[in-house]
Parts: sequence; C-alpha cells; structure tokens
Amino acid sequence: MELNHKDFDNARLVTVCENRIDAVCAIQFKDEMRKLTDEGPRRVVLDMSQVEFLDSSGLGAVVAALKAKKVDQTLELASLQPAVQKVFHLTRMDTVFSIHDNATSAIGDAADAS
Amino acid sequence: MRPEKILDVSLSSDRNFQGDNGALRLIIPANERSVRRGLLTIKSGMSNLSLSQEDWSTVELVIAEVLNNIVEHAYSDSESGLIEAHLDYSHDTLQCKVIDTGRSMPNGKLPKGAPKDLTCNIADLPEGGFGWFLIHQLTRDLNYARHSNQNTLSFRLPFASKD
Repeated sequence: MELNHKDFDNARLVTVCENRIDAVCAIQFKDEMRKLTDEGPRRVVLDMSQVEFLDSSGLGAVVAALKAKKVDQTLELASLQPAVQKVFHLTRMDTVFSIHDNATSAIGDAADAS
Repeated sequence: MRPEKILDVSLSSDRNFQGDNGALRLIIPANERSVRRGLLTIKSGMSNLSLSQEDWSTVELVIAEVLNNIVEHAYSDSESGLIEAHLDYSHDTLQCKVIDTGRSMPNGKLPKGAPKDLTCNIADLPEGGFGWFLIHQLTRDLNYARHSNQNTLSFRLPFASKD
C-alpha cells in the first residue's frame, strides 16, 4: 500500500498509489493514513483517482481514517472513480464525507480560503 | 517466505464458451490474496461478454464481498479452507453459486444487511457491516443453504447495460 503526500498551504494532499483498497490492504491503508493525518495540517485531501476498486473493507478503512483524524482537522476525498463512487453512494457514506470532483480543485479551494 | 502458489486458481470454461454465454468454475484457497487473484481470473474469463464498466464493477464488488465474508467468517482467516465458485452467465445475467466448508452462517440464516445509521458523531460511525448490505442491495434471488458441513450461497446479478 503506497500513499504519497505533498504539502500545500494549509492542506496536505495524500495520493493513493494503488488501484485497489480491498481486504488485502485495508489495515495497512488505515495505519498509513493515521500517520499522515497525525503529523498533517488542519486539512487533508485524499486523492483517490488511481483507485479502481474499493470493497467494504476498503470503505471501512476510509471511515477509520476519518475517525482517526484530529478534532480540528478535516479529511476530504477527491476524484472517486465510478466503481468507488457507487460504494459510497449505496452505503450513503457520500453524505458523511466531503467529496471533490478532483484533487486540483480541492487544493485550489484551500488556497482560496487561506 | 511463503512460495507463490501457481495453482491457486483453477479455471475451467469448456462449455458454452462462445458468444455471449459462458461458465466458469473456480476453486481458490480461503485467503484475501487468492480472492484478489480470483477476481482477476473471473474478469479475464468473462471478457468474451464485453461487460460495461458499470456491470463489471457490480460483479466484482458482489463476488469480492461474498468471498471475503467466507475468508473472514466461515474460515476465520485460518487459510486452510477452500472456496468453490460456479459462475454461469449470458448476455443479460450472471448466476453464481459459492460453496465452502467453513462454519455455518450465524443461526443458519443469511445476515440481514440492514442499512447503517450514519446520523451520529464521526467517532461512532460504523467501520464494518457494509458487506451484507451491498450484497442484498445488488443481487437478486439471494439464497443460503447449509447441508452436511457445506455452505452454499447462490444469487443472480442482472446486467443493466451493454457497451
């Protein structure tokens, strides 16, 4: 499970460099995300553009990452592919997360706000 | 180091494998990596159907949920069991039957898979229990039977669209 990150003004962009978040790598994803939010700024954006498949274990890991963030921190998602979007929509988790069409606009919003 | 098992996935597709119809039979060890590989095998095995991305994503999600449930619950990650999947498909539907010899479903019944209440604090959000909800939502004719130490789950997935 490879997660890259790049820091901008007031926001950290985390990119999932895997095409699946599934039962094989869910726990690792959760642990890596916790490290990246623990030491991250107030706003963390998770770019999921490379993720083609997410199962319920993967969804649980993304929810766990949201729960692990600090109280004054936000974790937002960006660039969900249709198969991933479908899982968020069916489970109504799309009502819990703030979801951006793409990472560039998500980070742009942060720059505008700062 | 665990050697890679080349024979993890066995595949036979010797009947009706023409045009829009096909049958696949897979036997995989009950662990998560084999499930991942099995899904790839199913994808290539069903490639003659030219399924839309939308339909394939439903097939992949449902089969992943069913197989991972068996790995995690019927066999409790013991890695010693086998899972057998039979897939029969035509241009408009996939009929699937999955067999294992792990533990029975709780109370011998299909879990209900009720939707989760998400109107709570972030700290109380559920991290699991979505699998059966997704399976119930996406399948038709979902049926479970327990006979002589064997679990059989069957269901149908209608295809919504063609490319």
